[in-house]
Amino acid sequence: MFAQEAEAGASVAAGWFLEHAWLIPLIPSVAFAVIIFFGKKIGKPVANGAYIGIASMFASFVLAAGTAYQWIQRVGDAGEGVEVEPVIRKFTWWSSGGLKFGLGEHIDGLAVVLLLLVAFISTLVQIYSLEYVRGDRRYTHFFAALTLFSSGMLTMVLAENTVQLILGWEIMGLCSFMLIGHWWEEEPNALAALKAFFTVRVGDVGLLVGVATIFFGANSWAQENLHESGFSIRAIHLWVASGTGSHSVLLWGSVALFIACIGKSGQFPLHTWLPDAMAGPTPVSSLLHSSTMVVAGVFLVARLYPVFHTGLAINVAGHHFNLIAVIGGITILIAAGLAFVQNDIKKVLAYSTVSQLGYMMMGLGVGAWTPAVFHIFTHAFFKCCLFLCAGSVSHTASHHSFDMKKDMGGIARKMPVTFVAWIVSTAALCGVPFITSGFFSKDEIIDSAKHNDYKVFFVVGLVGAFMTTAYMTRATYLTFFGKPRGGAAHFMHADDHSHGEVHADEHAMAGVHAGVAMADADGPTVDAHAVGALGHGDAHAGSHSDDHGDDHGGGYHAPALPFAPSDSPWPITVPLIILGFLAVVAGYLNAGIFHIEKFHEWVHSSIGVELPEGPAATIIAALPSTLMVAAGFIVSLFVCKAVFGEAPSPLKGLTKRVKPLGWFHNFLVNKYYLDHLYEKVIVKGLVGPIAAGAYWINQNVIDGIVNGAGKSGRRTGEFVYKYIDQGLVDGIVNGSGAVSQSAGGALQPAQSGKVNQYGALLFAAAAVAGLVLVIVNS
Amino acid sequence: MLINEFLILGAVLFCIGVYGVIVRKNAVLVLMSIELILNSVNINLMAFSLRRGDVAGQTFALYVIAVAAAEVGIGLALVLLIYRNRRSIALDELSQMKG
Repeated sequence: MFAQEAEAGASVAAGWFLEHAWLIPLIPSVAFAVIIFFGKKIGKPVANGAYIGIASMFASFVLAAGTAYQWIQRVGDAGEGVEVEPVIRKFTWWSSGGLKFGLGEHIDGLAVVLLLLVAFISTLVQIYSLEYVRGDRRYTHFFAALTLFSSGMLTMVLAENTVQLILGWEIMGLCSFMLIGHWWEEEPNALAALKAFFTVRVGDVGLLVGVATIFFGANSWAQENLHESGFSIRAIHLWVASGTGSHSVLLWGSVALFIACIGKSGQFPLHTWLPDAMAGPTPVSSLLHSSTMVVAGVFLVARLYPVFHTGLAINVAGHHFNLIAVIGGITILIAAGLAFVQNDIKKVLAYSTVSQLGYMMMGLGVGAWTPAVFHIFTHAFFKCCLFLCAGSVSHTASHHSFDMKKDMGGIARKMPVTFVAWIVSTAALCGVPFITSGFFSKDEIIDSAKHNDYKVFFVVGLVGAFMTTAYMTRATYLTFFGKPRGGAAHFMHADDHSHGEVHADEHAMAGVHAGVAMADADGPTVDAHAVGALGHGDAHAGSHSDDHGDDHGGGYHAPALPFAPSDSPWPITVPLIILGFLAVVAGYLNAGIFHIEKFHEWVHSSIGVELPEGPAATIIAALPSTLMVAAGFIVSLFVCKAVFGEAPSPLKGLTKRVKPLGWFHNFLVNKYYLDHLYEKVIVKGLVGPIAAGAYWINQNVIDGIVNGAGKSGRRTGEFVYKYIDQGLVDGIVNGSGAVSQSAGGALQPAQSGKVNQYGALLFAAAAVAGLVLVIVNS
Repeated sequence: MLINEFLILGAVLFCIGVYGVIVRKNAVLVLMSIELILNSVNINLMAFSLRRGDVAGQTFALYVIAVAAAEVGIGLALVLLIYRNRRSIALDELSQMKG
């Protein structure tokens, strides 16, 4: 398939893992083919094909770990202050018109970080899925798509050139469509999948245009100086660094590419698909929001950083600033605002992801490249963990509902592992100072904004930190504290019977709510219900079959856990523990306050441009965000207690009593009316006039042509009929008819009807023909 | 090479086949005669294929065998239907095709 044309781009001999990093995406893609074709036959009947997916991801992880180890060694060998050359290998994929399109690897610090991250998170998520989607009707396909999804991201991360980057990018787009619409029988899920696909597609047009623009800008320079095509990422880096490119090419190229990043990474104003993408199974959301898909956009900016850094630098009214920071800053605030009014726990997390992606973009925009990439790294751990926690709660406690207000509450003590993992990752997400990983990455971004003279964005970052803490406190309160409601109350019900009256209350409530929850639950809920892995199901149905047995519809076939209620089974809790641990520990790779800058050392050679020295991290510099986190926590806690607690409070129903607040609340609930804008105004506005115009053209232009053609056709027809048809053609036909009639009459005796005679005639004719042949040839 | 002998065998078979087709009144025997003709052709093909050292002739013979099998199948089906309708398969009594 590939022409054997491997050439080592590095002058220094690289290690085996660095040379063979291209195996990392190859293993899962082969596994995908194996699962899709043979998955149902392997590993029957429990885990159709699932173990192949897990094994392939684990193999990729091991290779990625080896690559990371050798990369660190390579950086160490190069010594202080030396730019570490990336390891580049490539094969010619196909060539067209003298242009060679390669597949290959471009291994540098950035690629190594992402490879390790994607392979690691994918492995954990697949283990988690083993339990989470057990018994699903498309179990095999789920694992196949999940594996291909990771392989797409790995292909992109590893990409040697921009064409390969598009390849991985599109594989991910396809897989996200398949996975978000995994339960496509319910219409909302299918629509969410379509929305995700189309919204991202709007951006993808930008990717094609941008790659082409950069190619035409860079190609001749790259051919002349490096004998590379203008697709090569290394060539693009050096081309921008050489300063020979025109600024307008860079500007339009980077604008087009940035549109792609906005679509993929859910930046304002194309962020609307991300929360809807929650229609997919939780492991998908987790993977999609932590290390793959949405990170792709940020990764693209980080990968082609010289292009964006030069191209999008704008000078307005004497102020130099970068457009990326603007989009990132807007996204932080907009998404964080929306997270306050969501009742669905996964949607809170989704908006939180959008907001955190805004931080990463803002970091890249303000020139804090390392903190932004480090935030990708740390965010992946705690966001993945948060999603998996939400899944764990829904899977075990709340009847597969994700509604925090209806079906959760008060389960903190019954699910200790999930609860602790959630709290730790929430702390990391909020950036609780000096301990958690989120602090070391996010605070660094905020500090850099101040340091690099982006005062407005410094404030935006601080407000974002406040909002993050506040909405996460709200979500935590609703999910784990207070009185159990709905599904959660049902879950708690099998507890010891010492609650007396309260217990009876809960019981009655559970009866009503369980029914309601099933009736109007979202699509996935209904499906997942049939999975029936709720541990307490049997014990419960046994003791209260009079009023609850029917609710279950016989769906719970899984064996009851020894005691109920309890935490989720091990495939769910083990990934939670690992991720929760990393959510804290990962930060110490680049803890500025403790003068640890390992991460920066490993990755900074991927930047490609000279950036100003980062701010010196001090405790004083960390003070503003610390205060913000504390304020967010305290304010939110009091408001939550007042609004959601049992005691009467003046804050309850405030949005109903005070008109302007109610309007604002509505404005948030309707997501700033952006969906309305897209569907009702833009789509209708475009589709309506286009349809009207097309109808006018149809009626007047095309019909005119058709009618004219018809009329002239008729006149011609009349003429042809009168003279040519009647006179000439009929004469010929009648004449030939008469001739054949007389000839037929003459030959009639030969048609005796006897088969033998026919045979004799045949052979006689053949003999004559043979004779003629012999005479002619001799 | 026995090429001449092969060709003579083919010619003899062919003649027997032609004779059968023309003379015989029984439809089944006519079909059998046609088989003979086809097989005589096969023998010729094999003979020339051997002499030229080329497998094309053998390949073609295989095609002929396959077509012959199909032809016999259809032929016998026709004969069977004729028998059902007329209680006889004598070809000289069949002259509906007279035109």
